[in-house]
Amino acid sequence: MVGWRSQSRDLQQDAILADRASSQDPLGSPLPKMIPGIGAFTQDTLWCFSQVKGTMETGTTEADIISTVEFNHTGELLATGDKGGRVVIFQREQESKNQVHRRGEYNVYSTFQSHEPEFDYLKSLEIEEKINKIRWLPQQNAAYFLLSTNDKTVKLWKVSERDKRPEGYNLKDEEGRLRDPATITTLRVPVLRPMDLMVEATPRRVFANAHTYHINSISVNSDYETYMSADDLRINLWNFEITNQSFNIVDIKPANMEELTEVITAAEFHPHHCNTFVYSSSKGTIRLCDMRASALCDRHTKFFEEPEDPSNRSFFSEIISSISDVKFSHSGRYIMTRDYLTVKVWDLNMENRPIETYQVHDYLRSKLCSLYENDCIFDKFECVWNGSDSVIMTGSYNNFFRMFDRNTKRDVTLEASRENSKPRAILKPRKVCVGGKRRKDEISVDSLDFSKKILHTAWHPSENIIAVAATNNLYIFQDKVN
Amino acid sequence: MFARGLKRKRAEDEEAAPAYSLQRQSLLDMSLVKLQLCHVLVEPNLCRSVLITNTDLQIQEEMTQDGRWCVPVPQTAGRASRDLLVSTEILCCCAWEGVHPAPDPGDLASEFQVVPAVQAPGGSPGGVWGRDGPRENRGSFHKSLDQIFETLESQSPGAVEELFSDVDVSYYDLDAVLTGMLGGAKLIQDGLDLVVDILVET
Repeated sequence: MVGWRSQSRDLQQDAILADRASSQDPLGSPLPKMIPGIGAFTQDTLWCFSQVKGTMETGTTEADIISTVEFNHTGELLATGDKGGRVVIFQREQESKNQVHRRGEYNVYSTFQSHEPEFDYLKSLEIEEKINKIRWLPQQNAAYFLLSTNDKTVKLWKVSERDKRPEGYNLKDEEGRLRDPATITTLRVPVLRPMDLMVEATPRRVFANAHTYHINSISVNSDYETYMSADDLRINLWNFEITNQSFNIVDIKPANMEELTEVITAAEFHPHHCNTFVYSSSKGTIRLCDMRASALCDRHTKFFEEPEDPSNRSFFSEIISSISDVKFSHSGRYIMTRDYLTVKVWDLNMENRPIETYQVHDYLRSKLCSLYENDCIFDKFECVWNGSDSVIMTGSYNNFFRMFDRNTKRDVTLEASRENSKPRAILKPRKVCVGGKRRKDEISVDSLDFSKKILHTAWHPSENIIAVAATNNLYIFQDKVN
Repeated sequence: MFARGLKRKRAEDEEAAPAYSLQRQSLLDMSLVKLQLCHVLVEPNLCRSVLITNTDLQIQEEMTQDGRWCVPVPQTAGRASRDLLVSTEILCCCAWEGVHPAPDPGDLASEFQVVPAVQAPGGSPGGVWGRDGPRENRGSFHKSLDQIFETLESQSPGAVEELFSDVDVSYYDLDAVLTGMLGGAKLIQDGLDLVVDILVET
């Protein structure tokens, strides 16, 4: 299946239009350097609105709900997947010397239908086309490659540019119709002529029929030759070139399914050691495995678990301890896990407890019963590192997202909303008031909108640019450029 | 001093026990509904099913423990029953320590439509399920055996009747409640069966 979008290279035109808009909305009064709460992470990081993608209509088509966001390794491309099985790739425009105050914006580069809904006739069940994860491969030539997966099938897509086309075929005319051989009197060599840039996406590999349960993670190995896909009970290792077989490296399915008490929730390869990977579970544990130890990595090399705090025990303890995301730091020295109420940073060398724990929205602890009733307690939030591993970010409800600076121990709550969407508008920190007097600009816990959840966020690999998915809108924020 | 504090809390617990048990029962019912209301067309989320089932098992286990508590332990019980008490110490700490006299009415009432919980003095603002501040729970694992026996002795034999005394019959059918208390195991089993049925087909 080929999808393409004609891309005009006249970015200057876009820049002029944007400039006109921003000049009518000046930045305003100069900002104080240090504001308590807004706070400098390092060198006064202030986050500004940059762009928002998606419709402004209040009625959201379910198919438009963004289900995954991922920058590529250089940050030049930003991919989103949605519930309708589509992938949209944005490309950062080249920075022009004319606009020093504005960094490159992301514009649509390619859109294609990655997965279609399917029907499993054996089980009489639908297979959703929702894109669960996208992972980029490092760029090795002019084309870009990414993996996208739904619940059952992983696909390798090649995204490439075409700016020339062959003209002067002998057997076909310019519209592609076959010519009558009797009319061909001379032979000519087709030549490549320039054309409008076309970006096309083609599925190069389809890795199917290897997962009985729902795929929750994919991870490209640092050897760039293999990758893994993880479902609720099994993890498979693939070679990019081979689609008709995969190696099963983890299998936690019990012989008697009635004894099932724990499932795999996320998995990731170590960023540098191609033999090492981790996977998290619904019981709040992380296992690190070494593929050199055995073919089936059922025995972990390391087992990370924090002892339960008896003073915090409730019927919901297990549910909120279930890890929804696990991410290695860029350095490979730490792993970060997200459970329902906290983000934790673990040192690979210490298994008995995390080295850092950050409260994302502890005010929800007394609301767990309601959140269980409306199913929000099962929401799977993701978490991300910044490029230098000094700041971590994760989402919350009411379109809030949180950042934690590991060095200064300061944190901030920001909001992705249309109200804060003026060009280069600085995001104001938000605060949730737990009880007692509510200050102006604070929002009380009971006023939070639990249907507005930020599950998916991404951080540019080297710059302070973040992408935040709020239901069907994608917000891009950048730090303020002085 | 510890014993006195315990006695006071015991009084509060006795008032809160019916409300707590009702809410626990609602949680159990809700969980089973969740397991059964799986999307017909799309395969159910296994992680969610497992977590709900595990929660059910926890509730059932605690309800079974409560069942044991209701039966007065004979004073002249031999070594065997002492062992039983010791082995259930941890569970009983979690169960009874988790009871709060004043669950947040706004939080629960709208969902459960339960008889409004009694506002006991000194109640915590936290939810019924969550655990409160450290004062009640510090050293909960290090209670002496004497304190546990004291707890047992003060347990009223008519607890089961109290449990049903103020049930709002418009919400709870008495049969359902009784079934829940006594047949908790069966309901859990049904839930597990459902999950297994779905999985076995795969």
